[in-house]
Amino acid sequence: MSALRVEANAFLGFFERQRNLYRRYWVWEVVWLAYSIVSTLSIGYLASGLTTFNGPGAHAEIARVQLYLLVGSLLWSYLSLVFFEVSFAIGWERWEGTIEYTFMAPVRRVTHLLGICSFAIVYAMLRSVIILAFVALAFHLDLSHADVTAALVVLGAATLPVLGLGIFTSVLPLLSPEKGEQMTVAVQGVLLLVSGVYYPVQVLPKVLRAVGQASPLTYTLTGIRGALLDHMGVGGLRGTICLLLAMGAVLIPAGMLVFARAERRAKRLGLLKRSG
Amino acid sequence: MSRVGDGGIAVEVTGLVKSFRRERRGRPWRRRPGGGELQRAIDRVDMSVRDGEMVAIVGLNGSGKSTLLRVLATLTLPDSGSARVFGRDVVAEGGEVRRHVNRVSVEASFFKEMSPWENLSYATRLYGRGGRGTRAAAIAALTRLGLPRDTIDRPMKQLSRGQQQKVAIARSLLTSPSLLLMDEPTTGLDPRSKREVQGFVRDIRRQSGVTVLLSTHDLDEAERLCDRVIVLDHGRILAEGTPHELRAEHATAGDGATLEDVFLRLTGKSFDDDTEPGAGEEAS
Repeated sequence: MSALRVEANAFLGFFERQRNLYRRYWVWEVVWLAYSIVSTLSIGYLASGLTTFNGPGAHAEIARVQLYLLVGSLLWSYLSLVFFEVSFAIGWERWEGTIEYTFMAPVRRVTHLLGICSFAIVYAMLRSVIILAFVALAFHLDLSHADVTAALVVLGAATLPVLGLGIFTSVLPLLSPEKGEQMTVAVQGVLLLVSGVYYPVQVLPKVLRAVGQASPLTYTLTGIRGALLDHMGVGGLRGTICLLLAMGAVLIPAGMLVFARAERRAKRLGLLKRSG
Repeated sequence: MSRVGDGGIAVEVTGLVKSFRRERRGRPWRRRPGGGELQRAIDRVDMSVRDGEMVAIVGLNGSGKSTLLRVLATLTLPDSGSARVFGRDVVAEGGEVRRHVNRVSVEASFFKEMSPWENLSYATRLYGRGGRGTRAAAIAALTRLGLPRDTIDRPMKQLSRGQQQKVAIARSLLTSPSLLLMDEPTTGLDPRSKREVQGFVRDIRRQSGVTVLLSTHDLDEAERLCDRVIVLDHGRILAEGTPHELRAEHATAGDGATLEDVFLRLTGKSFDDDTEPGAGEEAS
């Protein structure tokens, strides 16, 4: 059997496994989807409510604020799910107690993580489309200034560094069976704070702004908002797209390298055995 | 994936040492790096297993049985010494070793919401198999292990402990390993399930010639299933040989001596006194 076929089979195995898990836990998924829809709609209505403070004259500006916030909320819903899925790849296996079986299999770690990442992207995309449908029904969004193609290109480029960050973070449950998962949630919280999901990063204190500059989400949000609110095309966003691709090109291999070292450490210290 | 082995040596372990640090409890910032008590789980072990042989490793909890199997499964890195599986070093050639080894652990570890079929399909795909014919092979293996046909699509969490362990054995065998590491596979099973699992292992070994390393507390199981028995205590091999040889060499009770008598004589301990290792300690 060719090595490529073996890896392709394993890749499919990880993808199928994730799909089967979500199918079996479908009630939870419905609950989380409902929660995401409700929180996105709440943010949209928060913007609508601002008119009551500023009077009817400010309506045009409020519509822009609403789109600004909804883009942030939708993007966070997509990117945080991709990040969550990848970073919890190990945490989930610890919880189920299957981690030793996966690490004992003759599979390259890159195949393992790519299988998980691919499912994460497909699933997060589907989920975001559903949320988007509800948003479109609830609000009259003005997309007359939007360049949807440019927004999608930025989104595609942004997925790579987010996967890289997810791989980095998935190392935490590998190194710390007891506290790794909680640390993953903390990283996600920091990303939400510093990346300008609901506000421009300029409002942050200097230190947080500096951290935000290192987050790929910051550039993703700026780029997509530029495309959807200010009609910036692919050409105008070339710098942002290249930066995101470069971040992905660094973060993914670096994440794999760190993961390999962490795996070796876990095997040396006997950490694979403990289920936390 | 085809089985390897040419009737030569399947497993060769030389001067193997593995220690674990037992961390002291307390505030993390007060713990010194490299602090804590160092416990030797495997202490200069030398052993070899021939291709097609079935060897039992017997010992109390904390004797190093599971650690030894984990090293051979490439799940734990040894501190020193070497371990080779079909001539491949478990550290330097881990990827190649993994292609030919599978393991059944004392806990039947599965995705509990997924069905036996979904778990088996996942496992076979990781070994480059899966796809056409896998479901039929899975059903055949589970039926042979005495699992009702309707359990294959039910969530694992609805299956009894014995049924889950049978699925675990089917999982390991569907990947056609050349070396099967069985870590107390019948512990906690009811007598009937235990007999079924033992019978299945015996049949599989007869039919496929797979090499089996079985860690067990059950000396009767070791004697009935295995060609040779290795007695391990505090990470050291105290004796090894066929059950007949061990009795002849170490028993004092004459012709009626059992392996239990041999074990008691060698270790000064009985399995009746066996307790789980303490928290933070690497188990058996």
